[in-house]
Amino acid sequence: MAYRNSKPISRRSLIGGAGAVTVAAGAQAVTGFPTVHAQEPKVLRYLGTAVNQSPDIARKVKEDTGIAIEYIPVTTDDVTRRVITQPNSFDIVDTEYFSLKKLVPSGNLLAMDGAKIKNFDKITPVFTKGALPSGKVIGDQGTAPKKVMFLEGENSTKFATQPTQWATLIPTVYNADTLGIRPDLIKRPINNWKELLNPEFKGKASILNIPSIGIMDAAMVIESMGEYKYPDKGNMTREEIDRTMKVLTEAKKAGQFRAFWKDFNESVNLMASGETVIQSMWSPAVTAVKSKGIPCVYQPLAEGYRAWAAGFALSKSIKATKKADLAYEFVNWFLDGWAGAYLNRQGYYSALLETAKAKMEPYEWAFWMEGKPAEKDIKAPDGTLLEKAGAVRDGGSYDDRMGAVACWNAVMDENDYMVKKWNEFIAA
Amino acid sequence: MTAKGITERGVPAWAQALPLAGVFALFFVVPLVLTVMVSLWNYNAYEIVPDITARNYWEAFEGCANRLLSATPELCTTLKTYLTTLRICLTVWLITLALGFTIAYFLAFHVRSLTVQIVLFLICTIPFWTSNVIRMISWIPLLGRNGLVNQALVTTGLAGEPVEWLLFSDFAVIVAFVHLYTLFMIVPIFNSMMRIDRALLEAAYDAGASGWQTLSNVVIPLAKPGIVIGSIFVLTIVMGDFVTVGVMGGQQIASVGKMINTQMGNLQFPPAAAHAVVLLASVLVLIWGLTRLVDIRKEL
Repeated sequence: MAYRNSKPISRRSLIGGAGAVTVAAGAQAVTGFPTVHAQEPKVLRYLGTAVNQSPDIARKVKEDTGIAIEYIPVTTDDVTRRVITQPNSFDIVDTEYFSLKKLVPSGNLLAMDGAKIKNFDKITPVFTKGALPSGKVIGDQGTAPKKVMFLEGENSTKFATQPTQWATLIPTVYNADTLGIRPDLIKRPINNWKELLNPEFKGKASILNIPSIGIMDAAMVIESMGEYKYPDKGNMTREEIDRTMKVLTEAKKAGQFRAFWKDFNESVNLMASGETVIQSMWSPAVTAVKSKGIPCVYQPLAEGYRAWAAGFALSKSIKATKKADLAYEFVNWFLDGWAGAYLNRQGYYSALLETAKAKMEPYEWAFWMEGKPAEKDIKAPDGTLLEKAGAVRDGGSYDDRMGAVACWNAVMDENDYMVKKWNEFIAA
Repeated sequence: MTAKGITERGVPAWAQALPLAGVFALFFVVPLVLTVMVSLWNYNAYEIVPDITARNYWEAFEGCANRLLSATPELCTTLKTYLTTLRICLTVWLITLALGFTIAYFLAFHVRSLTVQIVLFLICTIPFWTSNVIRMISWIPLLGRNGLVNQALVTTGLAGEPVEWLLFSDFAVIVAFVHLYTLFMIVPIFNSMMRIDRALLEAAYDAGASGWQTLSNVVIPLAKPGIVIGSIFVLTIVMGDFVTVGVMGGQQIASVGKMINTQMGNLQFPPAAAHAVVLLASVLVLIWGLTRLVDIRKEL
């Protein structure tokens, strides 16, 4: 690669006013398409979930590269459905790693060529090796990204066990999920997953009604209760599914759960209104509760986190077209730091830590990534106050949080059976 | 109305019927045929395979007979889910019928001025002014643990501690359905009542009928078509609804629609289609039963 062999552009030079020009030039060096194309309308249809489709990112891409992003916001399930049934309806897709077991065999996604990704070798080892940058190996139960990150070849639908040039997804964002709690209503420390089914919180607990994720939270609880140790929480046998659902069903019949939630806003409402005091939750939902002035903690727990990760892939419908070049230009822009910093400021993690770090203020980096007390007030990208000076992030630093990952969102081999059992649980 | 034979109708009549028939064929018959077709297909994790198999129907009711006939009889998931849906559906139907009939009666016979009728009618549509999601969410501050109703109960001493079953329960689901769908009862019943010749009521009065006798012998029989049409609206909507059941039931109450939705979410289109066909069949049986009571075509 000519670009990578040439003298590296200093990171600082990317930040300045010339950033846009440099990025565009970089992308051209990478993909080698002539400047004439810049005069044609540059539009990318971006399929993904609404949570990741920020108007700020679209605006900034347009500003930096001239690419107009057309968001197609759908639910997680619908992303999978559209990739499989309507590959012509989008150019680039932002999907989760656990969906890949369904998506890759369909042949509707193109392998991502690492040679066209400027910072391919700098992607965090969480994805490539299943370890932290410090070298610490993290939990790999479930669909850990390293298991499905690479393909054996450009046209292969087989996952490679070793890093190759061909990636299934170029990672964008990931995080470690845990339980959210209302400290003001619980009034005591919560340290274990088993508290979710503690009768003390009868009628005040909730779990999410997305079978593949809900069952893993349940498995965390069951391991924490000391009832059973799963060889792989993300890939249970039928007996293990039965065992897990039995515990959940008994809890449901005993009235442990106030409600289940499926939608981000539902989880915010349950928690903010005090209907629940402990529940499965997503990081931005905790932020949303907090921003209403209601105390809510994304509680780190002894057994660790359930992690998830998402990334970009291209539709086969744009194979070897100018759109594909455009998509690579966009992906390269995304990894270049601005988007990463934007995501980090919301409590997510970016796939390229160093580029994101360059675009964050030192005090922001210290708060979000190093787990240090905030030197100044911490604000969300839109300017709302998230934490006052002196606060510490729930769960601490990147190494503390990602290092404590126990399992990853997954699709099990026994998925059909599991969905059936989940429906039984809801009907119980 | 004298029924003419089909042969007597000319080309213009057929041509007039064509656009609607076309719309029906395209948006109703074709999707329906496709659904039935897919319900017979096979599937795996990421694709559906053209086939003719009873697998999806078989799996939907798998073990139902065994469980019912076992030493400790219990219902299988599918039957239990249908029963829950049916129970909610019938409860909602009874309540909306009672409410809808009463309101329509009031509007039709007690309100004399057309303007007032229109104004009151518009008030009935208020529940539809907001989006489904907002409407659902707005129940929490009212019925929730710290909601208005509970606050009132606790401060007046009617309840020692907040009542939990107000929200995320059968009760909440039924309240929401009644709130939403009573209008679908009111409109057709009101329409039927407005067509009742007022002279008939006077005749009943003159013949010495009491208020109840007039109601049961004159008004109800003549309002029957409206009642049946309203019932069909309510039953079909409630049978298929899973959003309301999901939100108001805290996702803890199973509904057939939710079951189909979960399967679709996991790309299990053939079993979802099979359930859809079974659901359609059960709704058709309900409607068939209703039309046995009143021949709508004759009454209109």
